[in-house]
Amino acid sequence: MEAVYLSFILMLSIFLGFELIAKVPATLHTPLMSGSNAISGITVVGALTAANQGSTQMALWLGTAAVALATINVVGGYMVTDRMLAMFKKKN
Amino acid sequence: MTESLDLKLIINLAYIVAAVLFVFGLKMLGSPATARKGNLLSSVGMLIAIVAALISEIKLPWENILIGLIIGSLIGATAARKVEMTGMPELVALFNGFGGASSLLVGLVAVYNPVNTTFINITIILSILIGGVTLTGSLIAYGKLSERMPSKAIQFSGQQIFNAVLVLAIIGSAIMFCQAPDIHSVWLKVLIGLSLLFGIMITIPIGGADMPVVIALLNSYSGIAACAAGFVLHNNLLIVAGSLVGASGLILTNIMCKAMNRSLNNVLFSGFGAAKVSSAKIEGEVKPITADDAYLVLEAAQNVCIVPGYGMAVAQAQHVVRELSDHLEANGCEVKFAIHPVAGRMPGHMNVLLAEANVPYDQLVEMENINPQMSNMDVVIVIGANDVVNPAANEDEGSPLYGMPVINVTEARTVFVLKRSMGSGFSGVDNPLFFGDNTRMLFGDAKASISHIVGEFKD
Repeated sequence: MEAVYLSFILMLSIFLGFELIAKVPATLHTPLMSGSNAISGITVVGALTAANQGSTQMALWLGTAAVALATINVVGGYMVTDRMLAMFKKKN
Repeated sequence: MTESLDLKLIINLAYIVAAVLFVFGLKMLGSPATARKGNLLSSVGMLIAIVAALISEIKLPWENILIGLIIGSLIGATAARKVEMTGMPELVALFNGFGGASSLLVGLVAVYNPVNTTFINITIILSILIGGVTLTGSLIAYGKLSERMPSKAIQFSGQQIFNAVLVLAIIGSAIMFCQAPDIHSVWLKVLIGLSLLFGIMITIPIGGADMPVVIALLNSYSGIAACAAGFVLHNNLLIVAGSLVGASGLILTNIMCKAMNRSLNNVLFSGFGAAKVSSAKIEGEVKPITADDAYLVLEAAQNVCIVPGYGMAVAQAQHVVRELSDHLEANGCEVKFAIHPVAGRMPGHMNVLLAEANVPYDQLVEMENINPQMSNMDVVIVIGANDVVNPAANEDEGSPLYGMPVINVTEARTVFVLKRSMGSGFSGVDNPLFFGDNTRMLFGDAKASISHIVGEFKD
């Protein structure tokens, strides 16, 4: 049942994603990519919660590496997107 | 008992808030005026999600968490601050790879769980597989973009068969792993190895000009990998955020493919134009022009359109181009920039470079909007673009580019093409534009040529 419930969420979010992104103009496609890169860093939440009772020392270090890699995405992604978007100016 | 239930509720509520902020952030990315705020909103959502994860019952020791967060933040912040705007495609490729690697590791950590259902084991396999493919695929893309490796398509005979065997081997080892899921399983190691190999195999046959498609596709994969990790951990937020990214990447991939008039299949599995030979002979002669003469023509022009391509990025010419545009406008001329969807090495690459040089975004016009105005243009200046202005795409049925929508610069009164030499474009296809009646070739470094013209305007 859990699988069905999760798939239900998956399906709805994919439709939502298509609706949202289709409206992004071409001029913002690069910030869109780096910004969505940052969002895919959400695996940091997964990395933080993945370790469990059975986890050995090895698993903990793998988890730590996962946290670090996802954090690069989050911090780097949001910062570089902000840097880019700050440059977009309208003609005055 | 109730206490932990309350905590769970709070965490899940926080995840909902985070998801809503991601959605609004992406929605605000729909307009340059609100985009920056949207990005901020999205980052607040991420912060809420991370804090919520930290207060949940995590088993990762605090020192490990801190090490991971600090190292990641330092590397991410440094990269974001240091990167040149011309290097954006490489950075995005690398970030995609890190995202994939993270999902791979999350999947791997979950294998340590003593009891996993078959459903979870399948999602673990998907997480490892998609994560692994994203990792090595992105590294190859990075290598090609940064020219640490040849950007040409690498192909060998039997490549398709090799890949088919690889896919079968991946499925086989996945099934074997599901029979006896254990962290020490040989099949797990085989699966990881094959996933990494597969990522390499699907990226090497793709040539440099097709890079925008590949980056967009890998962007999508990194989202799907996060989704798979969400299934492993039964985490809704990962599924929602991952699928938003996955959808975004797929839409961009589709836009890029359309802009090249090719199917995704064609981009992924066949090298570019290798077999086809153009039937049409190019007639006419190359007519060079000096920067001094180009200045005289530009000084008299009323409508000028600038068509930038990857060559502008390579020459770092965006700033002098802006200067030229300012001088032309001060001279009473109307200047527009025509942006082809696949100009550059990633979607929207030219827009970012021109934004960096302070060109207002409303001066940038998309291909389908500029083409009807082309015949009104006195001068079109092509800077470092080639395939996206190749008239053979409209006229020559034998050309590998045939059918690709291009910017119709030949309709303008005069076309200046700034070019280093007479080589063909990234696709290796000849360009009849260079031999056109109203085309003048301005040979030399684009930056130097434009600086010269700007100098004349100043005098």
